[in-house]
Amino acid sequence: MAMLEIKNVDISYGNNVTVKDCSLTLGQAEICSIVGESGSGKTTVIRAVLGLLAGGGKVTAGDIVFEGRSLLKNSKKEWRQLRGHDISMIFQDSGAMMNQTRTIGKSFVEYIRTHEQLSKKEAWEKGAEMLERMRLPDGDRIMRSYPFQLSGGMRQRVGIAMGMTYQPKLLLADEPTSALDVTTQAQIVRQMMELRDEYGTSIILVTHDLGVASYMGDKIVVMKNGRIEDKGNRDHMLYETENTYTKMLLDAVPSLGGRRYV
Amino acid sequence: MKKEKKKSFFRKYPAFVIFAVLAVLIILAAVLAPLLTGGVNPTKGNMAETITPPSSAHPFGTDKMGRDIFARVIYGARASLSSTFILVAVIFVLGTFLGILAGYFGGWIDAVIMRIADMMMAFPGLVLAIAVAGILGASMRNAIIAVAIVSWPKYARLARSLVMKIRHTDFVAAAKVTGSRTPYMLWKYMLPNTVTTLVITAATDIGGMMMELAALSFLGFGAQAPTPEWGSMLNEGRNFMQSAPWMMIYPGLAIFITVVVFNMLGDGLRDILDPRSNEGR
Amino acid sequence: MSAKQIGLRLLQMLIVLIGISILTFLLTYLSPGDPVRNMYLAQGVMPDEAEIAVTREEMGLNDPFLTQYFRWLGKCLHGDFGTSFALKKPVVDLLLARLWPTLKLALASMIIMIIISVPLGVLSAVYQDKPIDYAVRAVTFFGVSVPNFWVGLLLILFFCVRMKLFPVVSSGGSLKDLILPAVTLAIAMSAKYTRQVRTAVLEELHSDYVAGARARGVAERKILWRNVFPNSLLPLITMLGLSIGSLLGGTSVVEVIFSYPGLGNLAVSAITSYDYYLIQGYVLWVAVIYMLINLLVDISYNYVDPRMRLRR
Repeated sequence: MAMLEIKNVDISYGNNVTVKDCSLTLGQAEICSIVGESGSGKTTVIRAVLGLLAGGGKVTAGDIVFEGRSLLKNSKKEWRQLRGHDISMIFQDSGAMMNQTRTIGKSFVEYIRTHEQLSKKEAWEKGAEMLERMRLPDGDRIMRSYPFQLSGGMRQRVGIAMGMTYQPKLLLADEPTSALDVTTQAQIVRQMMELRDEYGTSIILVTHDLGVASYMGDKIVVMKNGRIEDKGNRDHMLYETENTYTKMLLDAVPSLGGRRYV
Repeated sequence: MKKEKKKSFFRKYPAFVIFAVLAVLIILAAVLAPLLTGGVNPTKGNMAETITPPSSAHPFGTDKMGRDIFARVIYGARASLSSTFILVAVIFVLGTFLGILAGYFGGWIDAVIMRIADMMMAFPGLVLAIAVAGILGASMRNAIIAVAIVSWPKYARLARSLVMKIRHTDFVAAAKVTGSRTPYMLWKYMLPNTVTTLVITAATDIGGMMMELAALSFLGFGAQAPTPEWGSMLNEGRNFMQSAPWMMIYPGLAIFITVVVFNMLGDGLRDILDPRSNEGR
Repeated sequence: MSAKQIGLRLLQMLIVLIGISILTFLLTYLSPGDPVRNMYLAQGVMPDEAEIAVTREEMGLNDPFLTQYFRWLGKCLHGDFGTSFALKKPVVDLLLARLWPTLKLALASMIIMIIISVPLGVLSAVYQDKPIDYAVRAVTFFGVSVPNFWVGLLLILFFCVRMKLFPVVSSGGSLKDLILPAVTLAIAMSAKYTRQVRTAVLEELHSDYVAGARARGVAERKILWRNVFPNSLLPLITMLGLSIGSLLGGTSVVEVIFSYPGLGNLAVSAITSYDYYLIQGYVLWVAVIYMLINLLVDISYNYVDPRMRLRR
């Protein structure tokens, strides 16, 4: 049984159907990349998995099944247990996803104490330890810092560390590298792939960067205008696909000396 | 074809259309006052009929001078509406003009205009308006001047910040490079950018300005007797609250209804011109 | 806020005060009213034109503008704001006597306003577009559209005349005298402030960190009370500071309606009797109070927001 199944899902905002007939299957320790231009609906899809559709968005058709259970039927309590624990999400700017007026430690402790009955001190220590486990130096100092005091790359790594605290089975990543410079990007990409190797985490990666998508993804899904344009495993998508849109995206990746480094 | 278009405009913006119609009705009532009141004179009263409660002859009763209050309320719309519109127009033109100048030219022009604006804003509005109106002498014209002096900074600031936003953009630089002269720049580039926001601000301010003018009249610094004006009528009614409450109920109601209509109109206009804004809805 | 910045602000305040004083002095100088005549009227006598002219000369009212202005300014710096024409008492004394009642009124109104607006605004934001939001928005809409002097009169009509609960004319002493004026003032202000609270909280609720916290499974209640609300306090305090202007202005009208012995009432009667020195003193004092309060608000704002503290 696949871990996550998105079955023929429609997502609508009011009367506007923004995503139509989206289907996707993901097994354990699998990485799936969703690529597309802005407005293709890729972010909407993964937000729907966590039930985090903004302002009036709803899944109006189909089903999202996680480990055999339909997520669409979740109560608020079930969502609270699931989010950050079985399914985690990291964002384009992890720093912005934390309260700018509080230290990282406070946000981290708040998060830990949502899922476990620990004292503030114990939660703090767990947080600092988690940061160091993710190879971030001096976890305690990071905990005591404010998000704006860290660099972009650091913030993303903190975001990943927080997301992995409970070793979720599924990690949703919404453009995690888009705001970073190339070197830091490589660092983050490598770290995320290690998550799969070390913890068996499945990852859905949303990005507009075909290079990152094909490097990381076992499967690639191409979305356009709210619909799935093309999908398949990596080799098929890169070399064998007949789809004109996919080929156009591939062509758009700049080549160096005649070779494409996708 | 045209009928379909009209239909869809109404469907899309029902609130605006309804309140636009109501606003027009109120304005019409003021203009057609003699017709509505059946020729009753609002400034001449019958001393034999002072302070009578509402009746079929006098729907809103009479005041202490024997004047028909219904007629005074309808005619009062003239004073209240005209002075408000003039006021808003003055503030709009003055504020926008000064704001665009300050934003476009910067430097000492900006500094001077903004410091004067700060001075006005550093002071509670109504207090300064009262002082100015009182000192200049009580009249509707001076009340308008007073409130205008106090209120233009808001529009100037708004216009200034809008102009500053685009002053350094490429298309403005391009126009300059191709030799566009300053007045042209101001008129064709800066002004259109500011107009929409400022018109919305003005429309939503109509109600508030009306109340400020009425407040000044209420305190005696605005319209003078025997001109019927809602604020001053409230003041007259104040002394007869126990014996003749209708004297102050109806003028106040008139202000309230008119302000509600124009506020709704302003909100409706904002929805049409700038639907993104979620402020205060 | 550093001492230097505060010093700069105080200097700015001084410049503005001078500007305002020149403006009002200029206006009184140009005004057609005659304080001397009014002074005599207030005393019940009406001497002939010659006497009035003599008095005017004695009081230095025929001197050129700048002379009068600097004379007045000089006296101000010594704490002497002149003597009221109509009331024949030093302006300072008159203003001081009325200061506390007005501050009491403003404070009471503000407390009522906060008690009403904050809960309603938060509720309206949290349950956006649900029935309670529509209800609150409807009520605030009407609250903003109603003239406060009319409301005051209606309240008097209802509570004093019909129900005889409160005295019609207040002496400004007890709590009873404070309630109706404070409520009248609070109604329009609450309507406006509730909308502002709603906007501020809504903006916080739509920020990224709220989505982030939700994605981590944090309970809504914790997000609201531990994160959103403290963050909303900053804009709320600023808006509170801004509303003080309308509050002070509104006291004038309300004090007149309820015959409440405050500064506003004094100012209005001073204006009608062309009592120049009193008007000047009043304008200056109110400006100072208003600017000081705004300064306090800014200082507290700087202190509360850690971003400002650390980013120096």
